[in-house]
Amino acid sequence: MREPMANANPVVLPLDQVVKSVAEERVSVASNWKLVWWRFRKHHLALFSAGVLILFYLVVLVPDFFATYDPEATDAKLSFIPIQGIHLLDGARISPWAPAIVGKRNAVTLKMEWQVDATKQVPLHLFVRGYPYKVLGIFETDIHLFGSGSQDADAKVFLLGTDRLGRDQWSRLMYGTRTSMTVGLVAVALSVVLGVVLGGVSGYFGGWLDLIIQRLIELLQSLPTIPIWLAMTAALPQDWRPDQVFLAITIILALVGWTTLGREVRGRFLSLREEDFVLAAELAGCSRWRIITRHMVPAFMSHIIATSTLAIPVMIINETSLSFLGLGIRPPAISWGVLLQEAQNLQTIALAPWLLIPGLFVILAVLAFNIVGDGLRDAADPYGH
Amino acid sequence: MNHATPLLSVHNLQVQFFMDEGIVQAVDGVSFDVFPRQVFGIVGESGCGKSVTMKAILQILEPPGRIVKGEILLNRNGSTIDLAKLNPNGKEMRDIRGAQIALIPQEPMSSFSPVHTVGDQIIEAIRLHQPVHARAARQIALEMFRDVGIPMPEQRLDEYAWQLSGGLRQRAMIAMALSCHPRLLIADEPTTAIDVTTQAQILRLLRKLQEEHHTAIIFITHDLGVIAQMADYVQVMYLGLVMEEGPVDAIFHAPKHPYTQALLRSIPSVHSTPRVNLPTISGSIPHPFNRPSGCPFHPRCPQFIAGKCDKHIPPLRSVGGVQAAACVLYHDVEVPR
Amino acid sequence: MTGTNHLPSQASTHPSAQPLLQVKNLKKYFPIQKGFFRHVLGNVRAVDDVSFFIHEGETLALVGESGCGKTTTSRCILRALTPTSGQMLFGTPDATRVDLAKLTRQELRPLRPQMQLIFQDPYSSLNPRMTLFDIVGEPLLVNGMTNRRERVERVAELLRLVGLRPEFMQRYPHAFSGGQRQRIGIARALALHPRLVVADEPISALDVSVQAQILNLMLDLQKRMNLTYLFVAHNLSVVKHISARVAVMYVGKIVETAETTELFALPKHPYTAALLAAVPVPDPRVKTGSVELKGEVPSPANPPSGCYFHPRCEFAVDVCRREAPAYRERSPGHFVACHRADELKLPGIA
Repeated sequence: MREPMANANPVVLPLDQVVKSVAEERVSVASNWKLVWWRFRKHHLALFSAGVLILFYLVVLVPDFFATYDPEATDAKLSFIPIQGIHLLDGARISPWAPAIVGKRNAVTLKMEWQVDATKQVPLHLFVRGYPYKVLGIFETDIHLFGSGSQDADAKVFLLGTDRLGRDQWSRLMYGTRTSMTVGLVAVALSVVLGVVLGGVSGYFGGWLDLIIQRLIELLQSLPTIPIWLAMTAALPQDWRPDQVFLAITIILALVGWTTLGREVRGRFLSLREEDFVLAAELAGCSRWRIITRHMVPAFMSHIIATSTLAIPVMIINETSLSFLGLGIRPPAISWGVLLQEAQNLQTIALAPWLLIPGLFVILAVLAFNIVGDGLRDAADPYGH
Repeated sequence: MNHATPLLSVHNLQVQFFMDEGIVQAVDGVSFDVFPRQVFGIVGESGCGKSVTMKAILQILEPPGRIVKGEILLNRNGSTIDLAKLNPNGKEMRDIRGAQIALIPQEPMSSFSPVHTVGDQIIEAIRLHQPVHARAARQIALEMFRDVGIPMPEQRLDEYAWQLSGGLRQRAMIAMALSCHPRLLIADEPTTAIDVTTQAQILRLLRKLQEEHHTAIIFITHDLGVIAQMADYVQVMYLGLVMEEGPVDAIFHAPKHPYTQALLRSIPSVHSTPRVNLPTISGSIPHPFNRPSGCPFHPRCPQFIAGKCDKHIPPLRSVGGVQAAACVLYHDVEVPR
Repeated sequence: MTGTNHLPSQASTHPSAQPLLQVKNLKKYFPIQKGFFRHVLGNVRAVDDVSFFIHEGETLALVGESGCGKTTTSRCILRALTPTSGQMLFGTPDATRVDLAKLTRQELRPLRPQMQLIFQDPYSSLNPRMTLFDIVGEPLLVNGMTNRRERVERVAELLRLVGLRPEFMQRYPHAFSGGQRQRIGIARALALHPRLVVADEPISALDVSVQAQILNLMLDLQKRMNLTYLFVAHNLSVVKHISARVAVMYVGKIVETAETTELFALPKHPYTAALLAAVPVPDPRVKTGSVELKGEVPSPANPPSGCYFHPRCEFAVDVCRREAPAYRERSPGHFVACHRADELKLPGIA
C-alpha cells in the first residue's frame, strides 16, 4: 500500500482505495454509541474535562485514600494554619517536601500565629500509613496516597491549611467531594427515572394522563424553588442522622428537578411516535413494550445522557447553596456547601482566605460537567451529518 | 447560437467544502453564459452541484464552502464585474442581490419570515433597492401581486406566509423576486414542493413574466420534464462536473453523453407502455466526498472504457455542432489535464 | 437491463373472484379542536366516503395532490389509523372475509403480517440504531422465528431477493444510499410474505437515476411473489408505469377509477384530464400545460358545495354547484363521479 500523501491535489482524493474501503467498512458497522464516541473524542476540551470528572469520582469512591488526616479530628491548637505549599524538588532531586510550620503566640492578642519555616523540611511520601479506614466499607487499610507519614505535631502537613477547629481542610474537602458529587449524580439519576417514566407515559399514551402530568409539571415549574426547598427541608425531623438527611435532600432535589427532563422526554416521545420506523415496527407486529424499549428509548438515550450531564452541575450548585444557607446537609456531615459555610463571615475570609478553596472545587466540577455535557450533546446525534 | 453579450458569464468555477474529513469538490470547473431573455436550465441529481453553483453566483455559500477559483462576470450597463471577487457581505454584493439577480427558492415558507406580513417584507425589499416612500412601495407590491395572479392582492399583502397556500406563497415569492426588476432570476427547484396542477400554473406564470420583463432565468431542477418544458439551453451536471450542454431540443432528442442518454431512457413517462421494465442505470450516486477518479460517471456507465474513463476527467468539447459533451467517446484523451 | 421485458398484462375485472380487499364507504374525519377543554369545532374530512377494491396480484394506484387523502386512506387500510366509519373487507387465505375497520389491536396482530408498507422516505423509515439484520429480521422475530440462525438465513435470502449482498447484514443504515435503503425497506416489508403491500410514494424521494431500479424491482417481485400493490403516488408518469388500475382522489373523495390505459387515454372526469395535462413531459417538442387549472385545491375542512371540483372546473353547470355527483360505473370497470361524465369529451394521453 502506498502512503496517502498529506497535501496532494484535493481534486482526486489521494487515499489508497484499499485504505478507503477498510475505513468505510469500519463506519458501516459502527453502532450508534461508537459514532457518538468518535465524534466526542474529537472534542479535546470535553475529553480533558471527562478526565477531570473521572478523578473526582475516584475521590468519591475512596475519599480516605486521598485524605491525609482524619477529617473529623479536631485540635484547637492547630486552628487556622495557612497553606503550606508543596515543593517538588529538593535541590536537583525529585523529592517532594513541605516546609514545617512554626506557631508563635502573639503577645498582644494571645492568638497563635503560624508561620512557615522553610529551613525545616517535612518530606512527603507516596502510599504512607495513616489513620485506618475501610475501602468501600469492605476491607480495612491504613494506606493513603501521600502524606508525611508521621503523627508528630511539627511534622504535620496541612495541604490546604486548617479551619477554626484545626481540622485538615484537604481531607475535609475529599469528604465534601464525595457528598456533593454523589448528591448531584444520585439526584439526577432519580430525576431521570422520574422524567423518563412520567414524560414517557405522558408522551406515549397521551390523553388525560398527559393532561394531568403536564399540569403537574407546570405547577412544579411555576413554584419558586428556594421556598420549596425551605419548606421541604424544614419538614425534615431535626433528629435524623446525617445520612438520612443526605438521602432526603437528594430526593427533594430530584422531586423538584425532574420537570425539565420530563418535558423533554415527552416531546421526544411525541415526535418519535410519528416517526416512520416506529410505524414500521408497529406494522411488523411489535408489542408496545418492544416499540418503546427497542425503538423509542434508544433513539433519545444519548440526548438524555447529554441533558443529564448538564443537569448534574445544577444539582451540585443547588446542594451547595442549600447547605451554605444551613438548610441542606448539616455538620457533622461534610459537603462543599458545609465547607463553604465556614467561610461565611468577612472575618474568616480576611483571616483565613484558604477556606474559600472549596468554592474552586465547585467551579471546577461545574465547568467540567458543562463542557462534557456540551460535547456529548454535539456528539449525541451522529446521523445529522 | 446567440451572439449578444452574455448577461452572466461563469468561467471555470470551482467551489470546495472544507470539512473535518477532507475537501469536497462540490463544483469543479463549471463554465456557462446566460444571455438576456434566455432560460438557462441546469439539471442534475443530488450532489451534482447545481444548487452550490447558484449559491456561488449569489455569494451566499455557507461555510465551510468557498469559491476557490473562477470568475462570475456580471454585465452591468456595459461594464463587467466579477462577483467572485466581491465581499459576500459588502455593499456592492448586497446591491446586486435582489436588484440585479433575484432568487426564487424551493421552499418559500422558509424564505419568508413568519413574524412579518408578506407585504411588509416585499415593501422592505423594494425600498432597499429603490428610493421610494412606503406608500409608493406598497403600490408597487400590489401591482406585482396582481401581475403574478394572486387573487384579492390587497388582502393577501397583509397576511403572513403561513396563512397562504403553497402555490400562493410561491407566487408571492416570485412577486418579491421581480419587484426590483432584476435582469437575472435564479429559480432553484421552484416547483419541487408544489403539486402538479399548481406547478403547471407557476411554470406558465414564470414563462409569461419572463417574456414581459425580458428577464433571463437560470432554472435549476432535478426534474427532466420541467426542464424540457421550461429551458432554452440545458446543462447536465453530475457530481460537480458538466457532463453535457446544448439547446434543449438537442439534449432531449440527440443526447450525446452516456449519462444523459441513460437518464432519459430510465425515467418513466406518461407516454410509456404500462408495466414494462425500464432500462436502468446501475448503482447509485457516490457521495461527493468519494467522487470516483476520472469521469465521475464511469462506475455506472454502460460504455465505460477501462484505463481511460477512470484515469482522466474528459473536458467538455463540442459534439455535432450545437452541443458539447465531456466524454472520451467523442474526444479521446491522452494526456492528463 | 433491457426495456422490452413485458410482464403479463393484468386483468382488471374478475367478475367471479372475490377481491383481496374491498373498501366500502370509508371515512376518516379528524376533529378540529380548540381551547383548554378541546371542544370540537368541526371536522377535517380527510377521507370522505371512499370505495374501491383490489384483486389479488393486482396493482391499484391511488393518485392525487397533497391533502387529497390518499395517504390517510392507505394508513386506514393498514390500521395505523382507525377509520371513522366504513368497511374494509380483507380476504384471508381461508376464504373468510374480515372487516379490518372493526378489529381491536389484539385481533389485528395475527393479520399484520399479511399487510405491509413500503415507506416514502428511506431515511426516516429505517431505525438508524439497528443493523440490517435487526431491521429486516425484526418482523420475523416478533412473529415467532426466535432461532437466530434461521433468521440469519431468511434475512440473507431477503437481501438477495431485493438485490443486496447478504454480507451487508451487520451494517447500519447510514452506510447505504437512498436507493439501497429503499431496497432494505422492501426486504423488511416482504419478510413475512405479505399479500397486500401498500407502497406510499416509494420512489419520490429517490434520485432520478435510481427510481427506475426500484420500480423494476417492485414489478419483478410482484411477478415472483404474486403480490398485491396499493400504490400511493402523485406522479402520474410513475403510476402509468406500474399500475393496472388507477383511482384518482380529490379532496377526500375518489373522482374516477379505471384501467390504467383507459384512464390515461379516455379520462371522464375533468380533474383527471387536468391532472394529465399538467404533467410536464420530458420532451421539449410536446408542450404541456395547455389546459390550465385555475385556483387551488380547497381545504378538506371547508369543502365547496356540490361537486368539490366545481369552482375549478371549466365545464361546471348549475347542478354541479348544488349536488354532489354519484360515484357510478359508466362503462365496465370505469367509475366516475361527475354529473357530465357521459357527455364530455376530454383530452387524454395516448
